Amino acid sequence: MSPLRTFFYGLVAALALAGAAGGAWAEGRTPLPTITKGKGDQCVEPTAVMRTDHMRFLLHQRDETVHGGIRTKRHSLKECIECHAARDATGKPMPVTAEGQFCQSCHSFAAVHLDCFSCHATTPDK
Amino acid sequence: MSERADTTDPSRRGFLRRAVAAAAAVTIAPGISLVRLADARPPDQRVTDANRWGLLVDASKCADGCGACVDACNEENGLKGTGRPATDAQWIRTVRLRDKATGRETRMPYMCQHCEHPPCVDVCPTGASFRRADGIVLVDRHICIGCRYCMMACPYKARSFVHEDLTGQKPDVPRGKGCVESCTLCVQRVDAGDRSTACADACAKAGHRAIVFGDLKDPKSEIFDLLAKLPTRQIREDLDLNTGVRYHGV
Repeated sequence: MSPLRTFFYGLVAALALAGAAGGAWAEGRTPLPTITKGKGDQCVEPTAVMRTDHMRFLLHQRDETVHGGIRTKRHSLKECIECHAARDATGKPMPVTAEGQFCQSCHSFAAVHLDCFSCHATTPDK
Repeated sequence: MSERADTTDPSRRGFLRRAVAAAAAVTIAPGISLVRLADARPPDQRVTDANRWGLLVDASKCADGCGACVDACNEENGLKGTGRPATDAQWIRTVRLRDKATGRETRMPYMCQHCEHPPCVDVCPTGASFRRADGIVLVDRHICIGCRYCMMACPYKARSFVHEDLTGQKPDVPRGKGCVESCTLCVQRVDAGDRSTACADACAKAGHRAIVFGDLKDPKSEIFDLLAKLPTRQIREDLDLNTGVRYHGV
């Protein structure tokens, strides 16, 4: 077998292996995010809108709050945490950034870094 | 979920209702009444320059050995010591002035002076340091890059820099590494309609009443009254910054 042909067959084999691995990945080697249900029946916007645009709402609201002193609850991060922080068996709220919790789970799946919580509280007040 | 604009708690609402009843009782003619409701700003309305929040500190009432205001501020805003006091955040501190000629000592609480023309805002390269319409000087931590120019510019040395990662912040007081911060005049309380700061509350509770918080523009406020009656000074008056924090007895 000529060196060139060896290389060619090798390449095909490698691609086939990669393909198989890719298929397995798509079928669940990366766990889907666990979306824990928040308080109440419905979020402040339809779910699809929240999935794509939650950051738009938060960015708008943060400027209004910091500079204008507007403290409406609808798009406030504090209220997100209020509803979406799950409780453990003892009823204590768990941080939304803990493994498998609301924010962390989805952001780790989407590989998007979560910056809010180096400053903002990850659990509600009580 | 619908927009919940009403954040007043039931007891406050009850009070307001009684106040409305009282206001109605003294209406002397249509459109003219003797009592006006306190101007609690609804949460969906922007702050305006109709108010100017500030403090009046009576240094003669500040008690030696008392640190109630400092403790209350730390508690209210979730400031915790790291065991390295040289770099720990201080939003309020007590200082002692000593007249070298006479030896007379004055003790007083000292914090961001909430200038009308704040040097920290002048020098901020990103616009993070700003003065709210109602006179509260704040740092927008979303924009702050931690350059600390404002700390250099502040004639009062009122600002602190957060050097280390933080955990367990208060939901109402977000703060974190890499940002400059200082006294906010308890802005979370002001926005909630509270008419006092943690330090003023604590000082009153300790029985000194050396700190009074209020609206410098409201002729019916206690602070307006006191400022009209007492001789007061601004620290570093020569800089012409028109501070929102005034001192009596220094």
